[in-house]
Order: sequence, then structure tokens, then C-alpha cells
Amino acid sequence: MLEIKNLHVKLEEEDKQILKGVNLTVEAGKVHAIMGPNGSGKSTLSYVLSGRDGYEVTEGEAELDGMDLLEAEPEERAAAGLFLAFQYPVEIPGVGNMTFLRTALNAQRKARGEEEISAGDFLKLVREKAKSLKIDADMLKRAVNVGFSGGEKKRNEILQMALLEPKMCILDETDSGLDVDAMRLVAEGVNALRDEKRSFLVITHYQRLLDHIKPDVVHIMADGRIIETGGPELALEVEKNGYAELLAKHGISEVMA
Amino acid sequence: MSAVEKMTPAEARLARVTLPEGFGPQRRAALERLTAMGLPGRRDEYWRWTNPTDFIAPEPVAAAPFKDDEPELFGEIDRLKVVFRDGVFDAEASDDLSMSGVEILRLAEAGDVNWASALYGTLEANGQKPVVRPFAALNTASATDGVLIRVTGKAEKPVSLIYTHESETSDPILHHLVKLEEGAEITVLENGPAGARFNKLMEVDVAKGARFHHIRVQGRDHERRAVTGIFARVADEALFKSFTLTSNGVLTRNECVIDIVGDDANAHVAGAALGDGKSGAFHHDDTIFITHDAERCESRQVFKKVLKNGAQGVFQGKILVKPGAQKTDGYQISQSLLLDEDSQFLAKPELEIYADDVQCSHGSTTGAIDETALFYLRSRGVPVEEATALLVLSFVADAIEEIEEERFRDAILTRLEGWLSRHRG
Repeated sequence: MLEIKNLHVKLEEEDKQILKGVNLTVEAGKVHAIMGPNGSGKSTLSYVLSGRDGYEVTEGEAELDGMDLLEAEPEERAAAGLFLAFQYPVEIPGVGNMTFLRTALNAQRKARGEEEISAGDFLKLVREKAKSLKIDADMLKRAVNVGFSGGEKKRNEILQMALLEPKMCILDETDSGLDVDAMRLVAEGVNALRDEKRSFLVITHYQRLLDHIKPDVVHIMADGRIIETGGPELALEVEKNGYAELLAKHGISEVMA
Repeated sequence: MSAVEKMTPAEARLARVTLPEGFGPQRRAALERLTAMGLPGRRDEYWRWTNPTDFIAPEPVAAAPFKDDEPELFGEIDRLKVVFRDGVFDAEASDDLSMSGVEILRLAEAGDVNWASALYGTLEANGQKPVVRPFAALNTASATDGVLIRVTGKAEKPVSLIYTHESETSDPILHHLVKLEEGAEITVLENGPAGARFNKLMEVDVAKGARFHHIRVQGRDHERRAVTGIFARVADEALFKSFTLTSNGVLTRNECVIDIVGDDANAHVAGAALGDGKSGAFHHDDTIFITHDAERCESRQVFKKVLKNGAQGVFQGKILVKPGAQKTDGYQISQSLLLDEDSQFLAKPELEIYADDVQCSHGSTTGAIDETALFYLRSRGVPVEEATALLVLSFVADAIEEIEEERFRDAILTRLEGWLSRHRG
């Protein structure tokens, strides 16, 4: 599904190397988690994969089902089935959430040569998906993410994911700013989308999200690389002992990380 | 050399002013005002950013008539149509001018109707202080046509002023009067290309508890040069609301001068201007002056400009709070969205306050498309041009929100979307 080889990335405007050789393969239907201390490059990885400006790939490659991701525009990556749930979903005043959702869905359908969805069918679809995420009619009517609470914003991200039905979902610190109940709701939304064809890359600082979204594989990222890969037990180990021990083992000082 | 050759263009323009029939004393007084103040030059404070030369020139710059290929604006809305062809009332294209609660007369045929005589040129003359507005005085002196609307009740439908442009050198000067009696309510719509050069004035007198709504679209007749003025007087508990959508236009100056003279009144003026300098120049100027001369009144100025390919936007907005105008709530925002580095926005927000218990704020910003928001939309599969269009709609939304009725908002949004789809990339 997702194949990242020796990915090196620096900031475009600064001589600062963020990713220093990331290797990662996510198979279809699997949930991979990436954990790591602040500044390890987790969010950068998600942005580079989805095509945000400001980064320069100096070496390496990333493919989604054989498609070269790094050369494609963000909208092409989306149409190919990549989805990034933002850590900080963006507010867009004056643009209704429904308009936004429908524009996005139809743009992707169009890019794939499919027919646009009718207004009626769309309404039915949104209502059905929104219900399970406890997103009410008012949230759909309001401007995109404007006046939404932290939890509402994250639920709105998952709603987009449910509507767009991507094959590769990246969740960037989706648990940040959520209380336990909100996190459970979001996790349920994600779990409902799990199937043998859809893959997830869950980026998180804490283990607690992984109690709700059970990963198949856990990676530890530090200093721009994946330094350790294991099963769910690796996350528990980090939760118990912190990152210090792992970092020391790989000769990475905490300041650098 | 003959006397004519020695004249400056401004003097030559003044020498050409003729006073049509009707409203004789008012026209003569306006000509006196105009002669005393003279036509503006670039050194005048309020004309530094907008070059008045084309408004002053004896003849207009020729402009090819524009044929609109979009569905008729406000076409779905039941309205009373008043059509002006190259600045002349077109009875055949217009609806029957009778409507209950509303008296509609043609300026050129009105003679000297009492209420109109008392109003014609009055608000314009009041609005000449402290800043002179020579093209408005020129208009009062020499307007050849227009519509006089007196509203005594709730108008059963909007009055829709429609302009059409057929002659390449048409140079219409139109003067409209709208008088709302106590508790009356009307919506006035305006749209269409009016001429190569267009000088238009609207005097609006809003009596106690009356409600005036104005929605104007200055359309795609790119080559036009237009100078317009709205002069309004707003009485106790009355409401004045005016919104203008401008798309393209070589040179447009819209002035709006509002005197709030009664307590507990509201005056809102808003505008969205979309300018693409690609097909020649685009210069758009909003010059607003709102005077608070009563207690507990609210005024709002909300202006948004979207500029690309060397387009220029100007905003000069003032709130004047007179002594004793306590509990005034004055708000002014002017913002531009520059879609490239060639475009320019010049803003001059002013506050002048002589009362101590007031709440006034103003802000002016210039910015580019928000890259984070753009990425957010693109990451959802929305192509960059469509995403940009959505963010433009987001940017102008506050101004559109000033339109009270949804059916008019929808009509404006359709036009906006049309412009965006024609001006991508």
C-alpha cells in the first residue's frame, strides 16, 4: 500500500534536515502507529506524504500502490486515496461545511472519472455517516470548523474520512486536545472504517490513543528516522519507561530528538 | 488662441454644463456650488489615489457595449423593472410604474413635484461638508433622467433599476430620489452596464422607523468609467442598508455619504469588489463618510476587495461622531485579498469622535490566500483553482452577510461564482 524508502527531507527555506532516511512499509488492511518525542519528524512525515509546501525532498521515495506520491499535487494524492486527518483542522469562515464536504467528494469523483453525486444522495450519505459520529445538523450547517470545539473538529475530520473513503489514512496527533469521551468517539469512528483493504498510519505522542485504535505495528521515530519497530507491546514499553532509554540505546541525545 | 483653448480640462467641462428643465433653483444652486469648489485634481486629498481625469474630460473614453451572457440577474425575483437605455428611461422595456404604497415618477417628466423639489439636491448639498464632492454637484446640476420613488408603506416588491448600454460614447448622468415616509420599507436593486461614462447619484431620505435596502451590482462592462454617489439621511429607529458587488471595470468610484440624524438608527454599507487587471486596468474606489449626529445609533462599513493581475483597490472610510452622539456603535473594516504580487490596495480609515461615551473600531488588512487553508482544501481533493475560489468566497462572506434577504444573497453569490469561474488561474 504505502512504501517509503530512505526518505530525506529538509525545510525549503532553512538549512534544516528534518527526515534523515525514513523507511516504512504499510501493508493493505494494517494499522501502523508512529510514536516519538516532540520534534522527531512525525508531523513532517505526514505533511510530506500529503504534499504540503515548505519541504524539500533531498533523497528517497514514497509510493502509494505504485504511484509516485512525491511528484503529485496534493489533490492528486487525495484522489488516489490518501487522506490526512489534521492535527489542527483549519477553520474556513463563510464556507458551509456541507458545501465543503460535497465539493471535496465531487472533486475526487471527477478526478477518478466518476459521476458527481446528486444533492439528494449526498444529503442522505452525509446524514448517515454523521449520525454515527454524533455530528448534528447544526455542525453540518455551520462554516467549516468555525466555532467547533476541539472534539468537534476532530470528529469532522473523521467524517470527511468516512465520506471520501480513502485507502490510506494518516492520522496526525488526532488525540491531541481531546478528552477521554471525545477520543473514544473518534476512535470508534476510525475503527468503523477499518477493513482488509484500508490502511492507517496513526501518529501519536501518547500510547493512550492506541488503547482505542489497536495497531498491528508500532514504530518509534526519533531524530528523523524510525529507530525501533515492534508490536503493540512497544507502545506499552514507551508508556512505562518513556523515550529516554530507547534514545540512549540508539545514541540519540534527548536535546537532538 | 481662442478662449476655449486656454481653458483647463476642468474649466472646459464646467463650461459645458447645461441645466435641463425641472428643479431649476436646485440645479442653479448646484452649479454655483460646483463652480465654487471646482472639479478635483490629483492634489485633492480624497483624489490622491484615484485619478479623476477621465471623469473630467469633455468627452468620455469610448467603451464597447457589453452583452451579458449570464442568466438575468434577479431574474427569479418578482420585481418592478425600471429600465434606462444609455441613460434614458425606456418605457417599453420597463414595467408599469404603479405599485401600492409606492409612487414612482420619472425625473425628466416630474416637473416640480412638491416632495421631490424639497429633496432634490438637498442631501447632496448637505454632504458637501466637510469634504467636497464635485461630481455629485455636477450631477445635481445636469442630470437628465432618473427615477423618483416615494414610499408610503411596505412596497409589495423591490424596484429594480436596470441599465443598458448601447452607444459607445454614451455619457449618462442619472439622479434618483428615494423618499421613505415614516415606517415605510423598500428594496431598490440596481444592475447593468449604464454607459461608457456614468455619473449617478441617489439621494435617500429614510424617515422614522423606515427601512431601506439597496443591492447593487456593477457588472462586467469592463471598459466603463463610473462615478457614483449615495447621499442618505437616516432618522429615528430607521434602517439604511446598502450593498454593492463590483466585478471588473477600468475605473469605478463609489461614494457613500450618510447622515444619521435620529436616535436608535442603523446604517450599514458594504461592498465586495472583484478585480482582474488582465483585460486592461482595474481601479475601484470606495469612499465612505458616515456622520453620527444622534444617540444610540449603529453604523457598519464592511468592504472586501479581491485583486489580481495589477488590479488596484482604494478604500477611504470615515466615521464622524458629533458632540452629543452618545452610545454610538461604529464599526469599519476594509480588507483586500491580493491574489498576486502585482496588485495593490490603498486604505485610509478615519475616525473622528467628539462624544465620550462611544464604541468605535476600524481595521484594515491586506493579505494573500491563506496557504494552510489552501492546503487543507487540496488535501481533500479540491483542485487548486477551485480551492482558491472557495477561499475567495470565504473572504468576501462577511460583506455578503450584510444583505438581509437570502434570495438576494443567493443572486449575488451566483454572480460571484460566475466571476470566479471566468477568472481562474
